[in-house]
Amino acid sequence: MTGSSYLELLRLTAPEIIVALAGFLLLVLDLTFLRQAALAIRFRTAMVAACIGCVLALVVLESGSAQGSLAAGMLVVNSLTQLIQMALLVLAILVLLWVGGARFTTHVGEYCALILFATTAMMLLVSTQNLLVIFITIEFLSLSLYILTGFDKDSQQSAEAALKYFLFGGMSAGILLFGMSLLYGISGSIALQPIAAAVNASPGDPMLTLAMVMVLVGFGFKIAAAPFHMWAPEVYQGAPTGSAALVASSSKVASFFALFLVFSLGLMGAAGSAAWGHYSPGWAPLIAILAAVSMLWGNLAAIAQTSVRRVLAYSAIGHAGYMLIALVAHSRESLTALVYYVFTYALATVGAFGVLSALEGEKVDSIADFAGLGKRAPGLSFCLLIFLLSLAGIPPLAGFAGKFYVFVAALEISDHFGLLWLVLLALVMSVVSFYYYLKILKQAYVSEPVPGAAAISVPVATRLALWATAALVVILGCLPDILLNRISAAVATAFQ
Amino acid sequence: MLAWTIYLSFLGAVAVTLTPAKSPVVARVTALLTALAGLGIAIVAIMHADRSGQVITIVRTPWISHLGIEYHLAADGISLILVLLTGIAAVAGILFSWNIERRVKDFFALYLVLIGAVYGVFLSFDLFLLFVFYEIVMIPKYFLIAIWGSTGREYAAMKLVLYSFGGSALVLAGIIAAYCVAGQRSLSFEVLAHFPFPAHFQMWAFPMVFVGFAVLAGMWPFHTWAPTGHAAAPTAASMLLAGVVMKLGAYGCLRVAMMLFPRGLDPWGFRVLGFGSWQQVFAVLALIGIIYGATIALVQKDLKFVIGYSSVSHMGFVLLGLMTLNQIGLSGAVYQMFSHGIIAGLLFAVVGRMVYDRTHTRDLHELSRIPLGRLIPFAAVTFVLASMASIGLPGFSGFVAELQVLIGSWRSFPWMACIAGVGILIGIAFTWRALQATFLGGADATAAPQQAMPPITLPERLGACLLLASTIVLGLYPRFLLDLILPTLNSSLFEQLRRGAWR
Amino acid sequence: MSSFPLISALTLLPFAGGIAVLLLGRAGRSAARLTAVVFAIASLALTLLLWRGFQPGLPGMQFQEWHAWAPALGLEYHVGLDGLSLLMLAVSSIVLLMSIAASWSNHKQGPAYFSLLLFLETGLFGTFTALNFLHWFLYWELSLIPAFFLIRIWGGSGRARAATQFFVYTMVGSITLLLAFLAIFLASGSFDFIELTQMAQTGQLASAIAQNLHWHQWDSGHITMFLFGGAFLGFAVKTPVVPFHGWLGSAYAEAAPETTMVLTGALSKMGVYGFLRILLPIFPEQMWRARTILLWLAVATIVLPALTAWAQTDLKRMFAYSSINHLGYCILGIVAAAGSTGADASFVSAKAAALTGVMLQMFSHGITAATLFWFLTLLERRSGGLLGLDDFGGLRRAMPVFSGLMGIALFASLGLPGLIGFPGEFLIFKGVFPLSWWAAALALIGLLMTAVFLLTVLQRVFSGPLRERWAGLQDLTLAERCMLAPGVALMFVVGLYPQLISGMLHGTVMQLVAQVRF
Repeated sequence: MTGSSYLELLRLTAPEIIVALAGFLLLVLDLTFLRQAALAIRFRTAMVAACIGCVLALVVLESGSAQGSLAAGMLVVNSLTQLIQMALLVLAILVLLWVGGARFTTHVGEYCALILFATTAMMLLVSTQNLLVIFITIEFLSLSLYILTGFDKDSQQSAEAALKYFLFGGMSAGILLFGMSLLYGISGSIALQPIAAAVNASPGDPMLTLAMVMVLVGFGFKIAAAPFHMWAPEVYQGAPTGSAALVASSSKVASFFALFLVFSLGLMGAAGSAAWGHYSPGWAPLIAILAAVSMLWGNLAAIAQTSVRRVLAYSAIGHAGYMLIALVAHSRESLTALVYYVFTYALATVGAFGVLSALEGEKVDSIADFAGLGKRAPGLSFCLLIFLLSLAGIPPLAGFAGKFYVFVAALEISDHFGLLWLVLLALVMSVVSFYYYLKILKQAYVSEPVPGAAAISVPVATRLALWATAALVVILGCLPDILLNRISAAVATAFQ
Repeated sequence: MLAWTIYLSFLGAVAVTLTPAKSPVVARVTALLTALAGLGIAIVAIMHADRSGQVITIVRTPWISHLGIEYHLAADGISLILVLLTGIAAVAGILFSWNIERRVKDFFALYLVLIGAVYGVFLSFDLFLLFVFYEIVMIPKYFLIAIWGSTGREYAAMKLVLYSFGGSALVLAGIIAAYCVAGQRSLSFEVLAHFPFPAHFQMWAFPMVFVGFAVLAGMWPFHTWAPTGHAAAPTAASMLLAGVVMKLGAYGCLRVAMMLFPRGLDPWGFRVLGFGSWQQVFAVLALIGIIYGATIALVQKDLKFVIGYSSVSHMGFVLLGLMTLNQIGLSGAVYQMFSHGIIAGLLFAVVGRMVYDRTHTRDLHELSRIPLGRLIPFAAVTFVLASMASIGLPGFSGFVAELQVLIGSWRSFPWMACIAGVGILIGIAFTWRALQATFLGGADATAAPQQAMPPITLPERLGACLLLASTIVLGLYPRFLLDLILPTLNSSLFEQLRRGAWR
Repeated sequence: MSSFPLISALTLLPFAGGIAVLLLGRAGRSAARLTAVVFAIASLALTLLLWRGFQPGLPGMQFQEWHAWAPALGLEYHVGLDGLSLLMLAVSSIVLLMSIAASWSNHKQGPAYFSLLLFLETGLFGTFTALNFLHWFLYWELSLIPAFFLIRIWGGSGRARAATQFFVYTMVGSITLLLAFLAIFLASGSFDFIELTQMAQTGQLASAIAQNLHWHQWDSGHITMFLFGGAFLGFAVKTPVVPFHGWLGSAYAEAAPETTMVLTGALSKMGVYGFLRILLPIFPEQMWRARTILLWLAVATIVLPALTAWAQTDLKRMFAYSSINHLGYCILGIVAAAGSTGADASFVSAKAAALTGVMLQMFSHGITAATLFWFLTLLERRSGGLLGLDDFGGLRRAMPVFSGLMGIALFASLGLPGLIGFPGEFLIFKGVFPLSWWAAALALIGLLMTAVFLLTVLQRVFSGPLRERWAGLQDLTLAERCMLAPGVALMFVVGLYPQLISGMLHGTVMQLVAQVRF
């Protein structure tokens, strides 16, 4: 390890430090000064403090040009990682805004601090190209998320979800670690670049295959791809809304990016091809199958659900499938597409959970409860419309641009349209997904409200935040260039 | 200036949502003014358009530069005609929805969004932009039917939307494939229409995109959404659905599938089940649609279903005209798009607004017991004239359209022209049956008590006159449209098509 | 050729009249019928004006108007007159005027009825003067609509079925006609009757069809025959020719007799006109090839309806079938005249006689049939709706004037020399005998049968014992006598001096004979 200045390290990790510090400060603030204050004030203060921290970190990211690589890939900061970190921070801010209206726990400081810690973990996850650091940050993230999931002590569902999450997570973490150790054994290094060299030298090694499968299983759990998705429906339904929102949005962003890096950087040589008629063994066909199964299972299972959160969970599985297509294509274009897709998807999901959090007081969970929402809370319903249609992939919303780009990237990689089968499957499944999203919207707009149901009032701050998110989804859909250009420039510089 | 048809419609939708909920008249008037503005712009544009077949570029700016997609609005003769149709149908639809009392603002707002998106499809000259507008059409369509429709509306709306979405999924696959193959970093029609796509690529891309659009055009056997959808939809929505939205599908077939992938229509070199090319396959499917739609309409008991199936039959003529692959057949197809848009609007207006809103029944047997011919003579005369137009009687626009399709068909598939003639005869039969039952029946049942019917209101009369005038003017003065269609078919955009299996 | 568009004006005059009737009809029935009769008289006057301005010796069409309409479709506004058209215009305007007069005091028939009649007149005028197929087809089809409604709304108890049958039969024929002509347009590029006739004469049409219509390796002769079949069907239904006549009995019987006047007097001529203007000049070779079948059909059209008429007991149906019989003579004359004049010039005079006879017969049948049904109208009103053959008897004692006038009309229909029916039938037989003696011989049977049943009518209705209930029947009023007089007078005038009409026709007939060339 070459000696690098500690100052350098601090400079490069400044945003993470800011967020972590904010978490600590928040904890101190809540445990010391606000012990006696009302719950509402505590939540709001925590929210504001946390947001300030995130905003500060954003400012640092946006302005500073601190970039570099430390300790042989343990810390890699370039424009792409900075962009993703900014996205993570935006999502964290939104989640915190939804949390600001929650009242389900008295441990306010701990809750918000955990959110910030989870965010720090994610920020670190995306800025590394070292297996061990990846594992550590994933564990850091997972532990925070387990606790966040089980935070509602009054809800049995929450505890059950947390336990399930933990058990699955622990098991998959073990598998992931085992796979990583195998990779170390093959290559003698834990950094992605040397691993890539070793893989290129002996792509057909059976131990390599085993290692790939295990790493894939570990990550598959994280991104909730079928058949490793069993935890997702329970967590989405049982966890407190803020936690679920975080799981559904930011952790997806970070995990997918890490997955892409590991496989396309580290295991490039053993990629193989999933093209129709041009099959060659490697991880690409494996991921293609994973993608296909996720799309099928997620979308088809979502049709039968009666709880909105479970619909969102299964649709998340389906979306994971679409995103995996970008990984199968493993090109620069597809990375740009993936980042764009996962970010817009996360935005729409966080928005949907925001609507759910605003409705928490009304005991609205099953689809039937949404009846007549269009009359009871017109603004809220309209935002929900935007978010769900973006998830369905209707132009001119952001989800469509993302899907379009992913499909273009997938088909562009070869002349013979090898991945056409995946794209066609994705399109068919999109039609299916449109059905269940429309079911929810139908309840909201077409069905009459239950007699006696009153209008729902939403706090101003939440409403503003929701409108802002919806506006962002629309703008990113109508003018995708804003983000696309930045991402593609970042990808270009990152992989020169 | 034509782009303002789109923008005004969307702005109008916003304006309508802002009108006070207590006085629905304001919402109605706002909507009507918006639609009239759109129609006015369309008429002015047509009058100023030169007849040389050139494309008039309206807006062209880079949009998603990363992918080379442009916000490109342009119009040639065919687009102008369809924009005019949309304008007429929009105004007529609003006039016929004057009596809606429930959630008035929402209705007109959704209606205007739909109109704006339809204008957008017809004016787009970039494939991505066309697709965006095409998809935007779906959402207001769903809600218009699901909220304000009649029996079975939720099921009908979902079926309709899922079929459309499925079709558009196929189209999207084709678009992406074309984009990747062309490798030009552009989705503009001008670029893609001249790009020589490899023949084997066109062989599968063409049917995929054609079928994707043809689903919305009601091609047999993907037409099953149409009768249920039309019957369940409220009057204005049916008028728009049958009148304009189905034409989106046909327009897509022509503008995208045929213009960009004309090699796909070439003979395969081998025969499967007696077919030797996609041209023959789709021509036969169109012909089946003509006969099937007419025959099923003949046995329907529900009046609106009769009209719904008649739409399927008439759209069959459009598709048959497209597949004749000669100038007069294609011209007939475009003419039929316009003509049927007006006529379907008329028929649904009479059946839905004038008859159903007053009698609350659509059953032919029950209707034949009410002497409607005497109670609402205006409706009777309108329906007679609409029927005459629908069966293709000379003097109305339908005749000019069917004439051209038949001539084109004689040239390409002579035996199909004869069968299409049979289709026309069946069409006459079911139209007559509907007319008899609805308006000419009650004269025998003088024993039935004659309930007083609300008279035909002024908006209804205006709407009916607008549509009747359109179909009669274009029946007697076809040059008005032909001067726009023919030069466009001769333009450079369709060059590849003309060089192919053109006869 | 005057520069004022006389023909267009004539065609649109009744249409404007129809609109005027609808508008003025709100003021009451008498305003409506007055307006209607004014416009009908104006139309007749304009027709007579055209007659005066017509120059019989001039070849080709006169008073032509030619405007581009939709050139891309081959649609042109081309109208013109020759002797035949002029004659048809005259028949139409006279018959229509008679029909309006017959409806004068029938209160069930209000403004809507009169306006539909006038719209029908426009359709008739248009059909007889249009020279471009699409333009002609427009009027052909549009004339169906007023006719349909006239039967449907003011008809008798079986009117729904009769009207539908009428409409459907005619439409079937129209569709085949349309399809045939679209194919011809495809081959030749023209819809113009004059142009197509020239092409047929010079053999250009045949070669155009051979060149442009490649259908499954069919021989071009067969293709042309197929197209001829389609066109023939259209006119055969309209005329009607047996066996396509199923619609006529009910339609004529169920319609109000005033309406039937127009149906039989004017509308039926459209079919025969089609044979003369379109089928014979454009498909001469096909008519020649199918001659035998066509002659048999013509003979069937003469003989069978006559037999059927004899078997009827309802007066309206009797005269309806008698109509078919009379038009059968026209078809016989036309079919017999088919045969190239170029190849065999020996029968020119026979053909000329046949065709002149055909046209005279068209005129005479129009006037006679309309008058007969007018009488039936009057009888029906007096008898309270009864019109059976056996319902009456000895009417000449109760209504001598009526019986006398109707007798004249009956004899005119029979073809008694001195009356209008004779010259036409005589010339037809004179022409057909040399051309096809067996057909003429068989047709004589029809003549005989007509005589039989017409005399039967005379005997059963007018002679014999007078029944009690008819004893008090009112004879014709002065008004009615004045209205009927011109028609009856015309029967004598033209019967004694047919030169009045055939003189005008001579040039047209010779041209037509010369056109039949292949």
